[in-house]
Amino acid sequence: MPARWLIRRLLLVSYTVLVVSLLVFGITQVLPADAAVALLGENATPEALAAIRLRLGLNDPAWLQYLHWLGAALGGDFGTSMRTGQSVAPMMLVALSRSLLLAGFALVLMLCIAVPLGIWAALRQGKAADMVSGMISYVGVSLPEFVTATLLVICFADRLQWLPATGYIPPGEDFAGSMIRLVLPVVTVSLMMIAHVARMVRSEMIDVLHTDYIRAARLKGLSGQRVLLRHALPNALLPVITIVALDVGYLLGGIIVVEEIFAIPGIGRQLIIAINTRDLPAIQAGAMIMALTYAVANTIADMAYAALDRRIRYE
Amino acid sequence: MSDNLLRRLWRTKQGRIGAIVLGLAALLCLFGPNLAPQNPEAIDFLGRFRPPGAQNWLGADQLGRDVLSRLMTGARSTIPLALLATLLGTLAGAVIGTLSAYLGGRWDEAIMRSIDAVMAVPGLLLALLLVSSLGKGSLNAALAIAIAFTPGMARVTRSVALSVRAQDYVKAAIARGERGSFIVLREMLPNVIGPVVVETTIRVAFAVMLFATLSFLGLGAQPPASEWGLMVAEARRFVHQAPWIILAPAIAIGITAIGFNLLGDGLRDALNPRDER
Repeated sequence: MPARWLIRRLLLVSYTVLVVSLLVFGITQVLPADAAVALLGENATPEALAAIRLRLGLNDPAWLQYLHWLGAALGGDFGTSMRTGQSVAPMMLVALSRSLLLAGFALVLMLCIAVPLGIWAALRQGKAADMVSGMISYVGVSLPEFVTATLLVICFADRLQWLPATGYIPPGEDFAGSMIRLVLPVVTVSLMMIAHVARMVRSEMIDVLHTDYIRAARLKGLSGQRVLLRHALPNALLPVITIVALDVGYLLGGIIVVEEIFAIPGIGRQLIIAINTRDLPAIQAGAMIMALTYAVANTIADMAYAALDRRIRYE
Repeated sequence: MSDNLLRRLWRTKQGRIGAIVLGLAALLCLFGPNLAPQNPEAIDFLGRFRPPGAQNWLGADQLGRDVLSRLMTGARSTIPLALLATLLGTLAGAVIGTLSAYLGGRWDEAIMRSIDAVMAVPGLLLALLLVSSLGKGSLNAALAIAIAFTPGMARVTRSVALSVRAQDYVKAAIARGERGSFIVLREMLPNVIGPVVVETTIRVAFAVMLFATLSFLGLGAQPPASEWGLMVAEARRFVHQAPWIILAPAIAIGITAIGFNLLGDGLRDALNPRDER
């Protein structure tokens, strides 16, 4: 990978951080007419309001507040939580680690199901199997996470009693109990991605199977399995990397909902709590960390794509 | 021409099912409250958690309110706002995207890199942030969804506009010496609108889901509204006693979203001249 290309990628990530920080700061701090009122409520005394304005530097012009905030944030300091009085950044990072565990499992499960499903549908294009997988895809992309989660809880926790409905146990404490509580959340967040990615794999695979090099490999007398696994699959999966990276956005959104439903103390749930209690520093830290995670995931995917596809020309 | 399009849409299987589902949804939005068998707000303490049956076809909720009536009335507070949010987002995105494609060069690069950066904030997160600042409520939730959709629509419109601009028929029009306004309005716009309409239709499905999710999280529609996401949220505590309260609105959301997805795919096939037989 040429250095120039890497530098360009890093510059783009930095630019992303800058834009996202402006957006997050703008929405949370500038948009509400008066952050002090938002924090203390409508009935706060003028003295209390004046005091908190002074403490938060709300009398400064917005751009100065932003620079102060960004400077501290880049050093990893997002301020102290209005709710707990603790430093926000470490709290959010611990929460992020729990969310990443959930997200990681969901990604693995998604790949294990979506890729074979897509290939299967492509090989049986137009037949019953293809129709069934198409229908699964429609249902999958049309059910919001809170609906899927609710249906799964009714089915597997309430009726069949196979799995616990909610709750979180750290994996270090009770590994088996922790894993079993992760099953329903992981299935919920991976479902929409499975539907989406399986559709992508199917259409890529169909395209690849119609190319000349696949016909050449077949005419050479290679076995069907070898053509499929060595010649078709790698080329069909390359574009899927990009799609998966873009789907990390849905994944993060899904995690917010799923953590709220299954009471998992990850970054999504912290964010919802922060929003409901108007805890500005926590909202800002949570949003920034989530957006950064997404930007990093996309950059890694871009690099993986470039490393795997030897045809790519670096711009 | 649009008559022809509708006929082709009807000939695709997805388009037909989608159109039927959404036709029913539109009827519910228009006449739901008149068609509802009972008053959706009428509380009946004797009928709490009554299972589906002759008296309440889809059962009664924790306050004895008729679930079917609430569902039918709720269509009106769910679907039109999702539609409005998508249209606003599409409009704003189309303006930005076309502008970017028109300006080209460095401006295009700067606008698109900024759009990419904004898209690093997941849609739901952006909507949550906006609602937390604008305040809870249906209209604010719709506005937040519109803003969250804008960058994605801008990207789609720009890429479509750029690819249309590079087509031979546009080059031919330029070579014929047509005026700029003629090229943009008569040659480019009709070909840009198609893919954008397809994308918009599919996005309405997301808007319905996002809107219901915001209500579910307590940030969209507020009680005692019978918005579907809110109905699911309120029924969650009673999942064990009365799963029908939660199943009805959950399935309604899913069916509506499937309807828009099917219609979008049907439109794509109908607009694609390659598939004309």
